[in-house]
Amino acid sequence: MVKLSVDGIEIEVPNGTSVLQAAELAGKEIPRFCYHERLSVAGNCRMCLVEVDKVPKPVASCAWPVANGMVVKTDSPMVRNGRRGVMEFLLINHPLDCPICDQGGECDLQDESMGYGWDRSRFREPKRAVREKDFGPLVKTVMTRCIHCTRCIRFLAEVAGVPQLGATGRGEDMEIDTHIKLALSSELSGNIIDLCPVGALTSKPYAFIARSWELARVDSIDVLDAVGTNISVDSRGPEVLRVLPRINDEVNEEWLADKSRFAIDGLKHRRLDRPWIRRNSKLVPASWDDAFHVIAARLKGLSGEKIGAIAGDLADAESMLALKDLMTALGSRNLDCRQDGARLDASRRDFYLLNTTIAGIEQADAVLILGADPRREAPVLNARIRKRWVAGNFPVGLIGPAVDLTYHAELLGDGPASLARLLAGEHPFAAKLRAAKRPMLILGEAALARADGAAVLAAAWRLAAEFGMLRPDWHGFNVLHTAAARVGALDLGFVPGAGAKDFSAMRAGAVDLLWLLGADEFDAARIPPAVFVVYQGHHGDRGAARADVILPGAAYTEKHGTYVNTEGRAQRGRLAVYPPGEAREDWRILRAFSAVVGHSLPYDDLESLRRRLAAVHPAFARIGSLGAPGCADPTGPAGDPAAVLPTPFSYPIANYYQTDPISRASPTMARCTETFSPRLAQAAE
Amino acid sequence: MIEKEALESLRVEQFAFDEASEAAIPAILTKYPEGRQASAVLPMLDLAQRQMRRTTGSAWLPVAAMNEVAERLRMPPIRVYEVATFYLMFNRRPIGKFHLQVCTTTPCWLRGSDEVVAACRKSTGIAGWGETSKDGLFTMTEVECLGACVNAPILQVNDDFYEDMDGPATENLLAALRHGDVPPAGSALGRQGSAPADGRTTLLGNGC
Repeated sequence: MVKLSVDGIEIEVPNGTSVLQAAELAGKEIPRFCYHERLSVAGNCRMCLVEVDKVPKPVASCAWPVANGMVVKTDSPMVRNGRRGVMEFLLINHPLDCPICDQGGECDLQDESMGYGWDRSRFREPKRAVREKDFGPLVKTVMTRCIHCTRCIRFLAEVAGVPQLGATGRGEDMEIDTHIKLALSSELSGNIIDLCPVGALTSKPYAFIARSWELARVDSIDVLDAVGTNISVDSRGPEVLRVLPRINDEVNEEWLADKSRFAIDGLKHRRLDRPWIRRNSKLVPASWDDAFHVIAARLKGLSGEKIGAIAGDLADAESMLALKDLMTALGSRNLDCRQDGARLDASRRDFYLLNTTIAGIEQADAVLILGADPRREAPVLNARIRKRWVAGNFPVGLIGPAVDLTYHAELLGDGPASLARLLAGEHPFAAKLRAAKRPMLILGEAALARADGAAVLAAAWRLAAEFGMLRPDWHGFNVLHTAAARVGALDLGFVPGAGAKDFSAMRAGAVDLLWLLGADEFDAARIPPAVFVVYQGHHGDRGAARADVILPGAAYTEKHGTYVNTEGRAQRGRLAVYPPGEAREDWRILRAFSAVVGHSLPYDDLESLRRRLAAVHPAFARIGSLGAPGCADPTGPAGDPAAVLPTPFSYPIANYYQTDPISRASPTMARCTETFSPRLAQAAE
Repeated sequence: MIEKEALESLRVEQFAFDEASEAAIPAILTKYPEGRQASAVLPMLDLAQRQMRRTTGSAWLPVAAMNEVAERLRMPPIRVYEVATFYLMFNRRPIGKFHLQVCTTTPCWLRGSDEVVAACRKSTGIAGWGETSKDGLFTMTEVECLGACVNAPILQVNDDFYEDMDGPATENLLAALRHGDVPPAGSALGRQGSAPADGRTTLLGNGC
């Protein structure tokens, strides 16, 4: 520890702390442009100048380590003068276009110029102008505004692991560029917009849409993957205009994946804003009463076992519980949430959770990835794995088709057969895994959503047990989900009861009435025509196209909902805007319908529903936090580890940009698909 | 990179080190410890540029060559581009057979670099900096101090310094180059190194 004083405040900080960090700890804010706590130190903007006793010149505090007895002044005449000089240099080439700049109002340079800027210029030479770059459909550039802080370069190289940006040229000719015209092919590229301290990098879809002070901000949770990224939803009137990440070190640090950030324009397209009923094989608009009565009439006389429900990937826990309660009241146990047919074992929670936790990845010292492509399935989580890999001594093994994960992964095979070889110690990676003190294994959807899924699950668990991953102090067995609703649904027991029909049976026509709660991830057109399909959801996607009755629901930005992420962390999304037209919050629809069929659900408001949620599973009672860590019981899931098939795994996400009804309706995501996977875009046409 | 330049640069689609270069590569790489091979980026780019001069007569680096260097050193291509665009000694556009690098920094300018520039323009027909003569023989660029101020003004042609230049000496030099002779590098006055231009001034044996 080092003792120093900052503006007369005595503090003690760990060795290796920079003066800037020490000043922050002392409660002194230091202006900065290039320094960012999650990136390497560049020290090139010079805005963080402070005065240190016995040092003749002002020093850049971000790159100056603390020493014992140091006396730091962060607000002396020398400091102010120095910062004013730096600001004057920064503004030499920065255009005065704040009124038409999208960063205006939330711009670091603008804010700091209030304190250190001058209202006139001494610069008489021509300002430089820089040609715009084309970084693809997401990031807009106005490079004349760039102050060369290099945060974007460092983010892509260090965090995203896609080193495509660099500083070319020198002196006045320095530019941030890709050298050859190239769209940034990172799933995290949107974060450079947040990192840019000026308006050089802004959001292309959001260009000239709104000013930051017009927006209403609501804290929420992202549902387009299973990470549970903490977001804030910015809206104006009835429109969601922007989604930004919130800081949560246990989940997403401060990053947000591109799909979650940019797919929101999909919330304005293909929306279901009124009930529809199919009459003479055509969907016609209807009233809520008519829609409810058509369903009630069809339900009359149906026994419980001929009724079924499938929950979709974006459903909130509240509506799934309401649907389950309704089904129970109607006498049905035909429930499923696994539209991909994943053979998940819901009998114990650690069979289907990312038990190591996202933050726990940083403690691990070896990882085996089994049938998962975390880069596309959970980009933010992948950044965490990469962060651990960058720190060193972290062997990564991958079983599945070869894929670029942004870090080096040793390819051990492409199918479950490699598991047995690893277990037998035939592969050199087995030794690395055995030598690790805190090894972990990540099991993906590709390994579970297959005929031998249960066997692969059991084999993976056995491997975890064999390699010492299941200990009271360390749980290294992990399932990586792709659907935000999945863990919540499993917690609620949204799976077929004993002897009841599962997803594939229901799809094949084993029930007469099928209730789809936003279930769009399977080919609904293949449901036999005799089945009466009720689709409750927010987008006119595959499910709605097949439906006999459509009940318009709310998207995640339009309702208060609880989502459990892949770690088992329950988090609450909040309503930012109201659902369009006659659409309603989903649990209210189910509550209203239950009264029509005479089985009124026992909750009239959100609070009592949430009390019931907490009673069903304790995870819903501890919002934001996790249960006890470690593995208490190494007994494995049911399934014969030997029954695995030789077929290779195939990843569930072929096109990262279009995986759910919202992103499929999004013009921005369509442009991304065109840019990054032109082959897939053509196939879709 | 400016788009026009990039297009020109991308027209050379292929670059591979030839036998002579390959022979030099191991000596370059072994200078750096294992895992720090990226440090060899400068000598490797230089090697590529010299190979271009040897094989095409024009010492420049197409993007393909930078990519090849990136591949060899296992570094992201953009890191190589950064280096190649930072150093002015790497030419990112084709240049003439003789690269006339005129120093116009203060000492050379005081000693008459304007005349050297004028002579270059006159005998090659080049109008502005960075341009190549119509016959493709000469490219003229303005460079900062070449570190030989005692022998100012300096005209660097490819790797060689021609010192103590003036208008007529420059014209003679360019005429010789055009005829395929390469005059010996060094002082146009014929002095040895940076010895006094007017002969000895010390150790004359007269007590001085």
